[in-house]
Amino acid sequence: MAVRVVEHNVVVFRRLWRGYIMVSFFTPLFFLASMGLGLGSLVNRGSGGVGGVPYIDYLAPGLLAATTMQAAAFECMYPILAKILWDRIYDAMLATRLSVRDVIAGEVAWVALRMLMVATIFWVVMAAFGVAHTFESLLVIPAAALNGLAFATPIMAFTATQRNDNAFSTIFRFVITPLYLLGGAFFPISSLPGALQAVAWATPLAHGVELCRGLVLGDLVPAQAVLHLTVLLAYAIAGVVFVRPLLTKRLLK
Amino acid sequence: MTDSIASPPISARNLVKRFGDLVAVDGIDFEVAAGEAFGFLGPNGAGKTSTMRMIACVSPVTSGRLTVFGKDPEVYGAEIRGRLGVVPQADNLDLELTVRENLIMYARYFDLAWSEGRKRADELLEFVQLDERAKDKVDDLSGGMKRRLTIARALINQPDLLLLDEPTTGLDPQARHLVWERLYRLKQRGVTLALTTHYMDEAEQLCDRLVVMDKAKIAAEGTPRELIAKYSTKEVLELRFPADEQPAIDGRLDGLADRVELLPDRVLLYTSDGEEAAAAVHRRGLRPESSLVRRGTLEDVFLRLTGRSLID
Repeated sequence: MAVRVVEHNVVVFRRLWRGYIMVSFFTPLFFLASMGLGLGSLVNRGSGGVGGVPYIDYLAPGLLAATTMQAAAFECMYPILAKILWDRIYDAMLATRLSVRDVIAGEVAWVALRMLMVATIFWVVMAAFGVAHTFESLLVIPAAALNGLAFATPIMAFTATQRNDNAFSTIFRFVITPLYLLGGAFFPISSLPGALQAVAWATPLAHGVELCRGLVLGDLVPAQAVLHLTVLLAYAIAGVVFVRPLLTKRLLK
Repeated sequence: MTDSIASPPISARNLVKRFGDLVAVDGIDFEVAAGEAFGFLGPNGAGKTSTMRMIACVSPVTSGRLTVFGKDPEVYGAEIRGRLGVVPQADNLDLELTVRENLIMYARYFDLAWSEGRKRADELLEFVQLDERAKDKVDDLSGGMKRRLTIARALINQPDLLLLDEPTTGLDPQARHLVWERLYRLKQRGVTLALTTHYMDEAEQLCDRLVVMDKAKIAAEGTPRELIAKYSTKEVLELRFPADEQPAIDGRLDGLADRVELLPDRVLLYTSDGEEAAAAVHRRGLRPESSLVRRGTLEDVFLRLTGRSLID
């Protein structure tokens, strides 16, 4: 029955998809043009790219991971709280054959689908910039989606505990945006001060960035790939483990 | 499913619901028979909604025994909900969808095919007289229309039992009557209704049988007629005195009626003959500003049982 919750999202999305697709297309377009080509020309001239890789090739896959992180975080904050609290969509769903388990499974599946959409459009833009030129680089799409899920489910668990949306902007300001800028997408984590490096590696994003970058550049070390995948999966699963009792407590009082 | 056909739609024994230290439902017993309209009458905070939520399988029972269609909500929640229609106190329609889409989407949550959902949606929109608003956004509907749409939505799975929590609270009189009329039709079709209300006229209009709830307990049970006969009188004489004279009335009406109730704004005399009581009041030299003879109602029953009015 979880698929019914996905259907609900699809029906609502059908009305809004143009806007979402535009954002998913123009964000990477502008970032890759300005930072990748513009700023990148300076980087390439100054130091021959990053570790011998042209800057746009270095930046694009990292930016893809950062983008799915940001999109997943958003999807699991306001829309989910609206369904819990403002529009009470979940109350309406739970008066039917659907259970809390269906609701969670359906929402997680929907976020996964959304992240696949975001990543697919991003890949197309990357390909247009000549960054993704191998068949294997398509694997970056599910990898980036998994990176999104590693943020999605823990944030969903957090949202299940919220009485209003005050905390969401705080999370964006102090977690999502710093990670976006400092989490390995734009420059190597090794350039950060030592303590911050440890923090960065404890978050899913650093692993998502490395995984995506390895897949696009084609230099992924299998052992490291396994480590990155494990960390991302662990976050995603931990989120589900937490969200179940929290959302049950919230909705079935 | 054979056991559930023989079992009453709802049966509760010593049912308790606690939220931390707060006892919302304190050991109530009741049974709702198939095809009847059963009411929970009581003021806000009496435990009506908590009881409804337990029946709807969205609120775990703290203790006692509750069965819906003979089954335990804890174990058979999804199966029971498949046979229920729920009209919650506050409308939770899907604001992102149109009127018709709300119904079709809801049909999907009951695992009905899209085509079946569309068919039922069109029938139900006609039933609640919203067929002309099918393509509108929900937000554009009036309060009464939203309520009717919520009722239509609750009927999409052709439920055996319809739960209505305060179905007409907040509606204007005309909208209320339209809702009552539609619920009455459902009742005639054999749908079992369980509803909560703090309106005595709603309870009298719709309910075959009801329980009066107060402070988490059931204070009385019966048909509206039985309850009125038992706890009120055939007629009630309502007197209003000028505000400054009201305190002086105490004691001066003794013996004129079976029971005298002094309320802050009026005096109620419970008697079998209101006109005669009014004449007797006059003979005692009392001059009320207004006097009105009316029949006994569930409001009087509630007042008698709890010493308070239903709506403060």
